[in-house]
Amino acid sequence: MTAAVSPGGASAGPMLQVRDLHVRIATRRGTVRAVDGVSFEVPRGEALGLVGESGSGKSMTLRSILGVLPPEASVTAGQIVLDGQDLVPLGQNELNRIRGPKMSMIFQEPMSALNPVMRVGAQIAEGPMLHQGLSRGKAAERALDLMRRVGIPHPERRMRSYPHEFSGGMRQRVMIAIALSCEPEVILCDEPTTALDVTIQDQILRLLARLCRESGVSLIFVTHDLPVVAQICQQVAVMYGGRLAECGPVRDVLHDPRHPYTLGLVRSAPDFDNVRESLVPIPGAPPSLITPPDGCRFHPRCKFAEEDCQVIEPPMRPLPGGRATACLHYERTIESLEAERAGQSLTAAEDAS
Amino acid sequence: MSEQEPAMAAGGKGPLLTASKLSVTFTVGAAFGARIRKENFLLRAVDGVDLEIQRGEALAVVGESGSGKSTLARALTGIAPVTAGEMIFDGRKLAARRRGRDRRRIQMVFQDPYSSLNPRLTVGSMLSELLKVHKVVPRSEVESFSRELLSLVGLSDEALTAYPRQFSGGQRQRVAIARALALRPDLLIADEPVSALDVSVQATILNLLRDLRAELGLTLMLISHNLAVVRHLCDRVAVMYLGRIVEVAPTEELFSNPQHPYTQALLAAIPTLEPGSLDEEPAITGDPPSPLNIPSGCRFRTRCPLAEQICHDQDPELRAGPASAGHRAACHFAFAAAGAAAPAGGAGQD
Repeated sequence: MTAAVSPGGASAGPMLQVRDLHVRIATRRGTVRAVDGVSFEVPRGEALGLVGESGSGKSMTLRSILGVLPPEASVTAGQIVLDGQDLVPLGQNELNRIRGPKMSMIFQEPMSALNPVMRVGAQIAEGPMLHQGLSRGKAAERALDLMRRVGIPHPERRMRSYPHEFSGGMRQRVMIAIALSCEPEVILCDEPTTALDVTIQDQILRLLARLCRESGVSLIFVTHDLPVVAQICQQVAVMYGGRLAECGPVRDVLHDPRHPYTLGLVRSAPDFDNVRESLVPIPGAPPSLITPPDGCRFHPRCKFAEEDCQVIEPPMRPLPGGRATACLHYERTIESLEAERAGQSLTAAEDAS
Repeated sequence: MSEQEPAMAAGGKGPLLTASKLSVTFTVGAAFGARIRKENFLLRAVDGVDLEIQRGEALAVVGESGSGKSTLARALTGIAPVTAGEMIFDGRKLAARRRGRDRRRIQMVFQDPYSSLNPRLTVGSMLSELLKVHKVVPRSEVESFSRELLSLVGLSDEALTAYPRQFSGGQRQRVAIARALALRPDLLIADEPVSALDVSVQATILNLLRDLRAELGLTLMLISHNLAVVRHLCDRVAVMYLGRIVEVAPTEELFSNPQHPYTQALLAAIPTLEPGSLDEEPAITGDPPSPLNIPSGCRFRTRCPLAEQICHDQDPELRAGPASAGHRAACHFAFAAAGAAAPAGGAGQD
């Protein structure tokens, strides 16, 4: 983990802090506790990966930060502190002054996030004109410069194109240019590479990593793809059933999990570098968030679960190395990992002899 | 589980399926309008594919979107019209319009389990309809055979009376696999069977496919863009680019010693759990060209770091390397010298 120098930040605290966030969605079948007491922080100039399966609450968390929850959902408790300011009580007008200059978002599907009847140059220039009062000409210059920075070839000509004339990867570059247009301090990314091919994904990840380094912007990167998180993020927070399961530096968490769910995720995904005889799926299905299980939400699927897991809601327990886990028996995870490694070195020794 | 020799296997009767010079072409928009605008309106989705599938093997076809891998699968299954080329299945040429038995013996599992099952049929009626139409088992045994199928894919008997909407994504994919297996196919083609599923569920379906292969001696063709999945499940891999197979080799050989520059770039682009450095230039720049407008000569030359004049002039053939006949690549510079063909960083910037 490299300690990034905060670029001209007035306060030295984290860029963004989410504290005890609760989001409820009203549905006909009952209230969904989509996010249930999630806390994390994003240090300045770093990228935080928010990982989880569908229904884990990661997208809802991201949407509440940006203030774009669907009408039936609302933040019922908690704080979202961006650079010292709590965003939760703010109205739409106040939020509009923050979205763009302070934070922006990159969506999964660039085709549905871009305006199909507006030239991309105008879409990139719109933010600077609205938020920074640039003239039309100055804003167009800014757009041209941004298109160059995100690697769109022939920007002078491409400015006048419409989104449908771009390929998926180029559209995502346009999205990134729009997100950067008002020089924000945090960019929220909702699975920005999931819809892309692997060679294009590689290009976009490298572009995002370079832009982060150059401009010192912080990222929140929502994805279900652990290898992508390993590549681009310094910190990772794993979500399960609307709660945080584990968080910490990305290398430690993915290689040395301290929560059975993280261990399960790492074991069930086929890893390109490490082919195992058989994948180990996590048994069962994710919990209903209308009537979540008592105690630890993962206990019905957890192989280490004990009786107390069914009653005690595990708090986030801080661990050395800037990590934290919401598991009452996280030592089991360590034991299991150690046993596995001992087994591996044993077979390796047998192979060698 | 290691099938190494692609040549005529002594035990069997040649490969299970051979496709030669297979092409599938679609017309895009109106031919007349395109002629006026002097544009190409023929989309060559599959453009002269030569492929052999051996009995009992698991063959993966990988490639990016638009490479024609799904169209190839559909052509082999008989649900996409073949424009040119021929297919020989189990020693017999397949007719353009397939008869019942030929249809039965090649079955497919689709990507999206939410749209590939009829929402108005229970799983039981879905299976019994199939079994009766194709007369797989006598009528009296339809129900017991359905139960057997469900237990094979790990579902309980209660599933017989349930509708697809009552299942989760992973369970639906199990139903889709049971449906494909109901006809006792020789070749099962799975088109991205796990990419619509959550990570923890993907593993169960991948393990199921692996077990079914071992149990039933099934020949499997897996279409995927996820090379980690492929490495886990398959014996042999074919890499597609713009409608053509550019490299084919046994899995570990392909991953350890890729010959085509596209394969090399594809492998370099896979993110792994090992935090890497994103500081260098990407292994491959630019987007794939449109299949409406395939470059002359080698179709990869527009993005290739090695491209030279010969690549512009001559379309490279899929040729075998000196070491083993099982490893073939369609590149003028393939198998040149050990390690000589490694591309050095991103040479072709935009």
